[in-house]
Amino acid sequence: MMGLFEIAIILLSASMIASAIIAIWFKDLLASIIALAVMSLLLSLYFYILQAPDVAIAEAGVGACLTTAILIITIRSTERMEEGEK
Amino acid sequence: MNENGDRMSIIVQTIASILFPLALIFSFYVIMHGHLTPGGGFQGGAIGASAVALLIVAFGAKYVEGKMEEENLSIFESLGGLVFVIVSILGFFLAATFLTNFLVGEPLFGIIPAWGEAPLNSGGVLPILNLAVGMKVIGGLASVVLILAIASKEGEK
Repeated sequence: MMGLFEIAIILLSASMIASAIIAIWFKDLLASIIALAVMSLLLSLYFYILQAPDVAIAEAGVGACLTTAILIITIRSTERMEEGEK
Repeated sequence: MNENGDRMSIIVQTIASILFPLALIFSFYVIMHGHLTPGGGFQGGAIGASAVALLIVAFGAKYVEGKMEEENLSIFESLGGLVFVIVSILGFFLAATFLTNFLVGEPLFGIIPAWGEAPLNSGGVLPILNLAVGMKVIGGLASVVLILAIASKEGEK
């Protein structure tokens, strides 16, 4: 018998794996960064469900905001598209 | 991404200038309630630094550098570390050991109820330490993002 807790954990795990695969698969690096931020936000929701709200706030602040800003600033001064086959 | 200079569009600038004080207020709330609710110095400082990163992404690094110099952020960060060390050593001199909570039990600090919700001033020396850690994290992370943006902008020329 699966309760709400197990269903939420299975859905969050599947969404995190999907967004991580999407982040590798995209050739547009800006969209890849957004997918990585979505994965980090889902990870903070996962921490909140596992009753660690302190870690959830730290993950949402550092992983979803600061890392995204640093990667966007880095992409602004380098190339947006990934090299290789188009 | 950057049509006019290094700024983004007017919609992004308006939303960023509305959201920046709200994010700073939320950061200050998380820092000051660090001993009662989840959160603390590092979490609130990361929220405040992400507010500064929002300003940098929306308005460009040169504008933000003109408003808040990087030296002021470094002074802010060092002030946080200095407050932490001074309060810790005061615990060594006024009470037993390093980092002793010497303010708890004073009439202004430390009315701790036996059970239930504690009031905001029940932490003794802990809110001061949380504020010091928050100042250090805001200064450090914001100056990291600001220096990275300025350096990448200078690398283009």
